[in-house]
Amino acid sequence: MSSHDFVPTNAPPSKPARKVETLKPELLLHTNHHLCPGCGEPLVLRQLLEVVEELGLAQRTIAVAGIGCYTAFSGSLDLDLVQALHGRAPSVATGTKRMLPDRLVFTLQGDGDMVNEGLQEVIHTAARGENITCVLLNNGVFGETGGHMTSTTVIGQRTKNTLEGRDASYHGHPILIGDLLAQLDGTAYAARGSVHDAAGVAGTKRMLRKAFESQLRGDGFSLVEVLTMCPTGWFVPTAEGPGYLDRVLGTVHVTGELKAGGRFVTTAELRARNQRQARQTREGGSD
Amino acid sequence: MTHRLIEGSQAIAEAAIAAGCRFFAGYPMTPFTEVLEHFARKLPQAGGTCINAESELEAVGMAWGAVATGARAATGSTGQGLSLMQESFSEMTLAGLPLVIFNMARGQGDYYQSTRGGGHGDYRHIVLAPMDIREAVQLTQLAFHLADSWRNPVLVYGDYLLAHTYESVEIAPLEFGNLPTKDWAVDGSRGGSGKSRLVTSLGMSKGVGKNVDPESHWKAVAERHKQIEATEVRVECEFTEDAELVVVAYGTPAKFVRYVVHQMREEGVPVGYVRPITLWPFPYRALADAAQGARRVAVFELNAGQMIDDVRLGVLGSAPVVAIGGISTDASGFGVGGLLDTEIIRGRIESALKGQEISA
Repeated sequence: MSSHDFVPTNAPPSKPARKVETLKPELLLHTNHHLCPGCGEPLVLRQLLEVVEELGLAQRTIAVAGIGCYTAFSGSLDLDLVQALHGRAPSVATGTKRMLPDRLVFTLQGDGDMVNEGLQEVIHTAARGENITCVLLNNGVFGETGGHMTSTTVIGQRTKNTLEGRDASYHGHPILIGDLLAQLDGTAYAARGSVHDAAGVAGTKRMLRKAFESQLRGDGFSLVEVLTMCPTGWFVPTAEGPGYLDRVLGTVHVTGELKAGGRFVTTAELRARNQRQARQTREGGSD
Repeated sequence: MTHRLIEGSQAIAEAAIAAGCRFFAGYPMTPFTEVLEHFARKLPQAGGTCINAESELEAVGMAWGAVATGARAATGSTGQGLSLMQESFSEMTLAGLPLVIFNMARGQGDYYQSTRGGGHGDYRHIVLAPMDIREAVQLTQLAFHLADSWRNPVLVYGDYLLAHTYESVEIAPLEFGNLPTKDWAVDGSRGGSGKSRLVTSLGMSKGVGKNVDPESHWKAVAERHKQIEATEVRVECEFTEDAELVVVAYGTPAKFVRYVVHQMREEGVPVGYVRPITLWPFPYRALADAAQGARRVAVFELNAGQMIDDVRLGVLGSAPVVAIGGISTDASGFGVGGLLDTEIIRGRIESALKGQEISA
């Protein structure tokens, strides 16, 4: 990373803006893609590629991609990649890892891919303690088909097939996939991050690093779930994506580490802890 | 190596391992289960891996991931289990992945499934149908060779009889000639070089510019299948030059038909037989030749009539084609039915010779 001078913002710029750096990750062949403005998925891909690069794993990594908007990147990630069918990436990654156990193997899946179509496969992959990392891009909708309900869509969330909002009595309840997988003995590491703000992006990167390090130690299955913006699929203005994520998905799929160092924390406990901390911050602020 | 009296399931697993198979994933289902058992027992000893998958969907997915690394890998089931795998079979064909599939079928009702496929899109599998365990040992090894040679899945069609009877066989690695290097397989070593690899069915390639082109990709796959059709037909024909009746059969029933035809020929009855060894590509040419001069072509298959369509396509009206087989199974629905009996088969061949109808 090159260093940049801070630009004063209390006065008009002295010179016109210009591009000072492409900021293209080393492991990306090119920056062209057809994802929508405001999409959170490229943010996660950047963190993924940076972590692979920083850990010095570019020459021993195999990615297995599922089917979703992120599939558009299968041709531009400069990593060996196996394209899987919708939902099947954990099984495909299992076969790959068993043949090449010293490689870093990770899957890239959306919530429709992992939690709808491929739920059985990811659960059994975790239960086997398969030494791979599954990366879930969770935006609570089928983004690629245009914003339809998935198994992670939260109660009240409007999608194209829950027009009045997801109603538990009619559409059922969302699945907290992180909790489901973290409780299994084969799961060594599970965390839920978010890319709706800078702190979330930095936290997501730390989680990815810890998951990969866990895999390199041979600890077993690891999951990094990341909440991503999908303003198109949510039918909200692009700029409102991060706020919508925070308010709607983020209060149900609460971020934090669910399993690390043998300790399992439920999402409910994470929520209670976050609320406690927020209260303490408020009370501390009023002193 | 010496001959050993072993069960078909064991022979198939050992032949696969002799051919270099190092990965197998499967889900138990009669009459395929013992194939999985033998892989589970033998593969670890050979430095390989056998996983008891939680479903057929996962089994084929695992094999997909193993094959993508360039390893020889296989999966299998009965036709029922293979129904669940069809989506992956189709996509693995489009991804050019050399998977080997074992169908220990419940009879011969899976002919259409094997040769037409239950998956989506334009795809074909090479289908090999051994008539006995000795041939299964050869064709299993050939399956891995053909898969690598064409970068196309190959299915070995067996059944209860093949999987569960014993024969004295010798299992030694067979040599089928040179193969192209697997310059498409992923090993993770090319990241960041600009030359990383992509194993995909989507017609997508790595790089800048227009990197999705399904039409060209599908055309290339179709071209590959045309080449396979032109070069990989395998068929056994006997006594067809002067036969008045040509009997067509494949798989284990073909061994019974062959026995009966030999017996009748010794008695001077002008019958011959055609035994497709590859169900796809189907030996249309051999059928057309065999039907020349024949008064009738009779198809003995243990189903309601599936291969008979291909036989008619081969014969193309030059002789009447009649069915002399039919649905036949034991009480379990898994095993061997009453029709698989040389006396019954002989009776039906004699009726066909006389132009009599066979009641099903």
